[in-house]
Amino acid sequence: MTAPTAADPVTAEPGGVAGDIGWFEWAPVRGVWSRELALYRRHWASTSFAALVEPTIYLLAFGFGFGSLIGTAYGYDYRDFVATGVVATSVLFISAFGAMFGTFIRRTFQHTYDAVLAAPVDVHELVTAEASWLAAKAGVYGCAPMVVGIAFGLPLGPGMLLVPFVGFLTGLAFALFGIWVSAIMPSINSFDYIISGVLAPMFLVAGTFFPVDQLPPWAAGAARVNPLYHCVELVRDSVFGNLGWHDFAHVGVLLLFVALMWSLAVWKMSARLID
Amino acid sequence: MATLQAGSRDGLLPDHTLSAISIRGAVKRYGAITAVDGLDLEVPYGVCLGLLGPNGAGKSTTMRMLTAQSRADEGEITVLGNVLPKESKKARALMGVVPQQDNLDEELTARQNLEVFAHLYRVPKGDRVAAVDRALAVAQLTDRADTKADDLSGGMRRRLLIARGLVHRPRLVLLDEPTVGLDPQVRQELWSLVAALRAEGVTTLMSTHYIEEAERLADECALMSRGRVVARGTPADLIAEHAGARVDEHHGPPDRLAEIAELARQAGVATRRTGPSVSVLAAERQPESLRDRLGPPSVQRAASLEDVFVVLTGESVE
Repeated sequence: MTAPTAADPVTAEPGGVAGDIGWFEWAPVRGVWSRELALYRRHWASTSFAALVEPTIYLLAFGFGFGSLIGTAYGYDYRDFVATGVVATSVLFISAFGAMFGTFIRRTFQHTYDAVLAAPVDVHELVTAEASWLAAKAGVYGCAPMVVGIAFGLPLGPGMLLVPFVGFLTGLAFALFGIWVSAIMPSINSFDYIISGVLAPMFLVAGTFFPVDQLPPWAAGAARVNPLYHCVELVRDSVFGNLGWHDFAHVGVLLLFVALMWSLAVWKMSARLID
Repeated sequence: MATLQAGSRDGLLPDHTLSAISIRGAVKRYGAITAVDGLDLEVPYGVCLGLLGPNGAGKSTTMRMLTAQSRADEGEITVLGNVLPKESKKARALMGVVPQQDNLDEELTARQNLEVFAHLYRVPKGDRVAAVDRALAVAQLTDRADTKADDLSGGMRRRLLIARGLVHRPRLVLLDEPTVGLDPQVRQELWSLVAALRAEGVTTLMSTHYIEEAERLADECALMSRGRVVARGTPADLIAEHAGARVDEHHGPPDRLAEIAELARQAGVATRRTGPSVSVLAAERQPESLRDRLGPPSVQRAASLEDVFVVLTGESVE
C-alpha cells in the first residue's frame, strides 16, 4: 500500500468544529438518521409489507369476525373502530419493539454506541436521535391500518392528516420506553417479561378492540393512565372529526410520558455506556 | 493523492507550550480493581507517543478516559486545552478515535459508515462528499466504497475504522491497539498509514503491546504497568537506559540458568528469561568478575525495547 503523504497538502478547511458546541445539537440526530435512512433504503420493501399486511389481518379477523357479531361500538361501525384502534397498536409495536431490540443489539453486540460516543455526541443526543427516528417511522407506518381501513370503507376526513403526528408523539414515548427497557434488562430473553407483562395488557386495555367503559371500574381506571389509551382517543377524535378541548389533555398525558421516559432512558443508557 | 489532514495551516496553531494531552494523577477504579492508578502523562503537540504495556496495564481505560467514556475517580485530564469531563464534547470534536474493537456498522457500506461519522463530526454539508471521498482514499477503499462493511476483509475493515476516525481531519488521533490480531502483511499497511499521520504532524497517542510497532512508529514511548507510567523516553533512550547496548544470552540446563540469574542479581545486573536462556542486559556494563563467572555467552545481540518492556513491566503477566 502506498501511504498518503504530506507532500500533497489539501487546501480545504481544517477539521474540527467552528465555535462552541451546545448542550443539544442536531448533528448527532442527522448522523443517526442518515444511518437509519441507508438501512431503510435497503429494507423498505419488507418493512412496508409487514406494516400493511398485519393491520389487514387484524381488520379482517376482528373487523369482520367480531364486527358481524357486534355491529357498532361507541356508535361507530366496528370495522372503523378497529381500524383506528390498530393505528395505536402499530405505533406501539414499531416504536417499542424497534427500540428494545435495536438499541440492545447496537449497544451490546455491535458496540455501535461506543463508536458514536467517542465522537462529539452525548448520551442524551444519541437517545433522542434513536427515539425520534423510530417515532417518525411509527408516525408514517402507524397510518397503514387507517389506509387499509379506508380501503374497507372508513370514511375520509381532514382530521386524518393529524394521525401521523399523533403516531409520532406516541411513538416517541414508546421508543424512549423501549430504550429504557433495553438498558435495564440483562439480556434479550428478559424482554419477554416486558412484552407479556407490560406491552400485551397495555395494548389490549387501551380501547383498541373494545371501549374501555365496558371494563370493570379498576381496569377502566388503569386504562386512563395507559399512554396508549390517549393515543387511541386522539386518533379516533381526529379521524371521526370529534376534536375538542379534551384532546389537549390527551396530548398533555403523552407529553408527560415522553418527558418521563426520556429522563429514564438517558439516565439508564448513561449508566450503561459511561463508566 | 489524499492527505490525512490539513496540518496547521488553519491559523489555529495550537499553543506549543501546552500539551495536546495532559493527564495528572488520574485514578480509575472498577470495584476492587484499580485499572488506572495515579497516571501522569503529557503528550506534546505533534508527537506520536506509543503507550506500551501488557494486557491489563490500563491502556484501554486511559484511552476511554480521554473521550470521557470513562470518568476518572481522581485527577485532572485536559485534551487540546479542554478540561474533561466538562468540556469533553469539544475535545471529542477535535480528535479522532480508532477503537481496539471493530465497531463498524456491518450493514452499511464503507461509504455509508464514513458518511454517518462525517455527520457526527460536524463536517459542513458542502464538504461532506469530499471528506468521505478523501477518507476512502486514505483507507485505499475507493474501489470498495459500496461494499458492505461485513463483506470487507479484516485488513480493509481496520483501514476503514482508521479512516472513520480521520474523516474530519482531527489534530489529535487516539489509536487503541490499531493492529491487534492482524496478519503481518496487514499490519505493514496500517503502519504506513500511521507513519503518514506522523509525517503530517498530527499528534498521535497509540496504545499497543507490540514492541515492534512502538519502536517503528513512535517518537516517544511511555511504558505502562499496573495503571501508571513506569518509564518514558524515545525507544533508543529507553533501551540505552534500561537494557544497555548489548545483551548476552546464556543457554544451559534449568539449574545453570537459575544460577546465572542469581549471580547477576548479586552483582546488581538485570536479567530476563528468554525462553531456554537467560539474558544479561547491559552486558557491556557488567563487572569483569561476573563476566568471568558466567563464562562466554551463547549468543550476543543488541538490546531491544522488548528487553526494557519485560524488565520494567515484570516477567509474568497477570
